[in-house]
Amino acid sequence: MALAERNTTGRDISSGAWWDVTRIPLSFWVGAVVLLILPLIAGDFILRQIITYAMILGMISLSLMFLAGYGNMVSLAQMTIAGVSAYMVAIFGTSAVDTISLGWPWWAAALAGIIIATIFGTLTGAIAVRTEGIYTIMITLAIAAGMFYLVRQNYTLFNGFSGMNQVGGPQFWGINWRDPVPLYFVTTVCAVCAYYGVIYVSRSPFGLALQGVRDNARRMGALGFNVTAHRIAAYAFASFIAGVAGVLLVWLNGQVSPGTIGVGPAIDILIIAVVGGLAHPIGPFLGAILYVLLRTFAIDVLVALGLGGERFQLLIGLGFLLVVFFSSDGILGLWKRFRERGNRDPLTGENRDA
Amino acid sequence: MIRFAERRPIWSAIIVLAVAVLLWLIFAPWPQGLIDVIGRKKIFLNALFNGITLGALYFLVASGFTLIFGLMKNVNLAHGSLYMLGGYLGYEVADATGYWLLSFVVAFVVVGALGVLLQVAVFRRMEGQDLKQTLVTIGISIVIADIMLWIWGGDFYTIQTPTWLSGPMELPLITGVSRRTGEFIYLKYPIVRLAILAAAIAIGIAMWLALNRTRIGMLVRAGVDDRDMLSATGVRIQRVFVLVFAFGAGLAGVAGVIGGTFQSVAPGEDIRFLLASLVVVIVGGMGSIPGAALGAVLIGLAEQFGSVYAPTYAVVLTFLIMVIVLAFRPQGLISVERR
Repeated sequence: MALAERNTTGRDISSGAWWDVTRIPLSFWVGAVVLLILPLIAGDFILRQIITYAMILGMISLSLMFLAGYGNMVSLAQMTIAGVSAYMVAIFGTSAVDTISLGWPWWAAALAGIIIATIFGTLTGAIAVRTEGIYTIMITLAIAAGMFYLVRQNYTLFNGFSGMNQVGGPQFWGINWRDPVPLYFVTTVCAVCAYYGVIYVSRSPFGLALQGVRDNARRMGALGFNVTAHRIAAYAFASFIAGVAGVLLVWLNGQVSPGTIGVGPAIDILIIAVVGGLAHPIGPFLGAILYVLLRTFAIDVLVALGLGGERFQLLIGLGFLLVVFFSSDGILGLWKRFRERGNRDPLTGENRDA
Repeated sequence: MIRFAERRPIWSAIIVLAVAVLLWLIFAPWPQGLIDVIGRKKIFLNALFNGITLGALYFLVASGFTLIFGLMKNVNLAHGSLYMLGGYLGYEVADATGYWLLSFVVAFVVVGALGVLLQVAVFRRMEGQDLKQTLVTIGISIVIADIMLWIWGGDFYTIQTPTWLSGPMELPLITGVSRRTGEFIYLKYPIVRLAILAAAIAIGIAMWLALNRTRIGMLVRAGVDDRDMLSATGVRIQRVFVLVFAFGAGLAGVAGVIGGTFQSVAPGEDIRFLLASLVVVIVGGMGSIPGAALGAVLIGLAEQFGSVYAPTYAVVLTFLIMVIVLAFRPQGLISVERR
């Protein structure tokens, strides 16, 4: 299943130097302006619980999309990697469980979280790449579930069932960075960096080689590329993104518990990525927005329909089934189909551009 | 076996030694020095038996999983949900009629029928699209789990053991020596668990016989080896698929009743048993029934011994086994030859 776009360098880049702002497409300007003025429009609740949360989930899904779309490795361990990062921030930083927390400054804790999560994810990848396709799903799911049971059982390091709460966030320049607006900007910067990072890497020689490995691993091996190394490196890069998202997640929630990294959330990340679309890095963010909106407001809708709010999971599951059944590319696929239909010549049935 | 001993003398010596030590540990009364080091023999024997019976349960769940996987290349991530549905159904039937054995029949038939429905309505439509099938099974498992939560709520259900199977049974295994009388104390173990162990072994042997000695088993094995060639020879492979799917799902349902009898059914069990099946087939070798048996016993033992001797790291042990197997034998301990 070749999921991601194949031709990523189709745009005309011959005119103008790199600092020429007119080369930046209009949609980017619109996006930037929207992201900048959002805090003025949206209230604290929407900013914090919907937009920031969606961006964090989007980043974790983005790491899955990177692996699945460019490497054809569907890893269910991405939420676990983010969770490891979140747990490490709580363990190295400050939290209410002061018998475990080491009380390092926030930047050291965050750095440690990201580094350990990246190492953990790379090791996970090193195990997972020994197999292919559906086996990868099975193994990463087993790793995710194993980690979940470990943190739930282990009280000496992870504080077991209750997890770590009141995790401290960064405070400097007189700003509490866990407040909605500062955290929104931090998250936005990270998410945008991750988004362009994925696009950049996908067009770099490494990313192109990775897509070559996805399309035909044996041929790439014959050409002298180290297939395994490319795959593990892809896991390392994806784990880094998930690790950053994990730090943001623990700053957003202020706590991390086994429920954060359970099998349910791990599967939710896959659902977000698949529903959003695995063909382009924007897909996971779209999926995340949709998921968070559903999660927040589905209860009201369900109650209005007289079904009881706890049937939210059923709604998500059915929606996911529908998307998988009818569109293999999620929302992006639907959008593409819609655009192609608009472009189609009514007489010949072919695309006008072509 | 002799050839193995000739080729790898050191390994065979280690295996023989390990088996001898294990037999001694099981049958001989322990000296005081050993008890001081690793605790009382009763705990050890209980962990051993619990591990083996848990392994029997895992085997029942995982063998259906591995059979479906081996034949159809379909990772059925809804397998845990089928197990849990079997448990709930078994509880309802046993509670309503009072016949414990009837609940097995009902669970097998209903869950098997659901398996047929899944195969015909869902998987047949997307044959050959492995990833899509897997994603669909994830969606199905979410939906089934939530519907079950809707119907049965978040309570724990335990199926009542019938009176003719309740109570302990004395086994001819010494757990220690009585201080006062100097007589041997023998191990007491619940009959129902032994019955389940015997049933699992019987099912395992029956499955092996059915696979290796009957015509339909021949078709299944041929399908595992080369599906396309089998259908080219004129076999209606879709029927074999439906049959295997029904049998695998029904087995999961039966396992659900068993699990509901000696443990309990509650939300979250589906994921636990899905994980167990995954690890068992990864360790044992995907698509292999003997592999599932070996993997199940290994994982069951690891889980029980882990929870007795290293409570907080019990899961890590299970997981470690999986990682070691993947690192040294990615195809599993007993692998099916496949090109």
